[in-house]
Amino acid sequence: MIEVRNLVKRYGDRLAVDNLSFTAEKGRVYGFLGPNGAGKTTTMNIMTGYLGPTSGDVIVDGHSILEEPEEVKRFIGYLPEQPPLYIDMTVSEYLTFAAELKKIPKERQKSEIQKAVEFTHLQDATGRLIRNLSKGYRQRVGLAQAILGFPEIIILDEPTVGLDPKQILEIRDLIRGLRQEHIVIFSSHILSEVQEVCDHVLIIHHGKLLASGTPEELERQVKNTTLDLTVRSTSSEQVKEVLVGVPGIISVEEYTNDQPGQVSFKIEVEPDSDPRDDIFYACVEQKCPILTLRGLDMSLEQIFLSLTADEVKQPGSSFFKQFDKQEVKKSC
Amino acid sequence: MLAVYKRELRSYFNSMIGYVFIAVVVAIIGIYFMANNLVGGYPRFSNTLGSVTFILLVAIPILTMKSLSDELRFKTDQMLLTYPISVTKIVLGKYLAMVTVFAIPILLAALCPIIIALNGTSYLGTDYATILAFFFLGCLFIAIGMFVSSLTESQIIAAVSTFGLLLILFLWPQLISYLPTSAWGTVVGLVMILTILVFLLYSMTKNKLLAILVEAVGIVAIFGSYLLTEDSFVRLLPRVLGSLSCTKVLENFATYHVFDLAGLFFYISCTALFVYLTVQAVQRRRWN
Repeated sequence: MIEVRNLVKRYGDRLAVDNLSFTAEKGRVYGFLGPNGAGKTTTMNIMTGYLGPTSGDVIVDGHSILEEPEEVKRFIGYLPEQPPLYIDMTVSEYLTFAAELKKIPKERQKSEIQKAVEFTHLQDATGRLIRNLSKGYRQRVGLAQAILGFPEIIILDEPTVGLDPKQILEIRDLIRGLRQEHIVIFSSHILSEVQEVCDHVLIIHHGKLLASGTPEELERQVKNTTLDLTVRSTSSEQVKEVLVGVPGIISVEEYTNDQPGQVSFKIEVEPDSDPRDDIFYACVEQKCPILTLRGLDMSLEQIFLSLTADEVKQPGSSFFKQFDKQEVKKSC
Repeated sequence: MLAVYKRELRSYFNSMIGYVFIAVVVAIIGIYFMANNLVGGYPRFSNTLGSVTFILLVAIPILTMKSLSDELRFKTDQMLLTYPISVTKIVLGKYLAMVTVFAIPILLAALCPIIIALNGTSYLGTDYATILAFFFLGCLFIAIGMFVSSLTESQIIAAVSTFGLLLILFLWPQLISYLPTSAWGTVVGLVMILTILVFLLYSMTKNKLLAILVEAVGIVAIFGSYLLTEDSFVRLLPRVLGSLSCTKVLENFATYHVFDLAGLFFYISCTALFVYLTVQAVQRRRWN
């Protein structure tokens, strides 16, 4: 088990990590999610003992990283953002060096290296100089050194950045393969990846923990309260008026629809109410047929955006702003 | 520590640096050996070695420049510092690897006195004592170079700054002769040195009160002792700073054929100081 207690890291005036606390348990994959500069890397660097915290502590199995760094580091395998590779060594030389540094007993070194190599599919690259390896292979060598000896806690900082789609899938499979026996903590700003791989998501912004839970829990936290409606009508004002009168609807906002004779709305409804029937009858009354009516599911992506949007005060308005951006991106 | 040592040693011979370093040092010592001893017929190798000290100024920065700066540049320090090994062991492993590379040309140079002995009169005792002193001086320079390398990400900056520092140490005795010798001049000099030290103290501890306190106590002590014993301040500054001369110890061995045990201790303690400072520099980076 790894416990992060009230971690604070200050760079001059800038607060990179602001009183961050969480615990991670065995058998689960934890995802650090946050925009650039949120403090993910700094937190990981402190957890692995690379940086010292301004205050706070990291406890691994009852040992503090400040008081017994060598004891704690024994439990941790770390792949930093840029894999720390000595480019003048071959892959097997490098992994042997890593095994010696990790104090893996001599008689077990060979088999442990073999395991790590097989796990990361590096069999055909062991004799090659790291200098000559492609980005994907380098990432895998970095991963191999992190999992070498299979330490209890494996921390990976954006392990899939810069890889091609096939390699990304491979790395995700690797992470899933580690789940059973280890605590895996990895950071990413690719949300679908986090959603797919993680059992537990930690959303970090400005060095603070904004939300924490399973992806399903987070989705439940930000409930589905938005409907998307398109009707055939020439007068948007008329439809809007009727809609506002429907019980359970908080606000109606029109958005541009390029199709002639169609109008579209985003409708914010009260939580725990389902006014779809009423909307249907109201539209029938006005003789404007409904073309689409659907609930907008909050994906982790939108939860993330709505939580990390700086100006979020009312979930309604600014959430839509974020949402529109998403729509534009998707249609591009 | 052994793992770091082995990796580091191998890296010197995976790249050109190790070979270039050994070749340059051996070549220069060889040329002087040929000119002085073989062709010139002078039987003492110690004097030859005394006159090639300058090669250390050029060669040591090449050896030390990448030692720690490359770790920063390639971010491999993230690996070393997150593995279960202490910073002291990392630094010592690297230091000993450099000393090992430096020992190779020294071992080759150790053949020279034997060649002289085979051809006639020789002074093996003084020659080997000088080789020992030369080796320790090199070890000190390596420690200085490693410290400089730990302060920067750039090999070039590390090499040039190390060369500059070593050059100042090399010219130290001449520089000392420009210092004032009067009692009053000494007071001013001591206050300046004190201020520099206090500034270093402040930049390390960031404690204003402590710095001001130390400065105040120091100034009172300097002026107090000046008022009490003005005579002892005459020529004090050149005497104190002159004792820090690195080349003087080697000169005692090479030119005056004296086994300067205190001098060797001076080399070793300065070396230990710079290795310690390197460890501190690496540690400090973690907390900034």
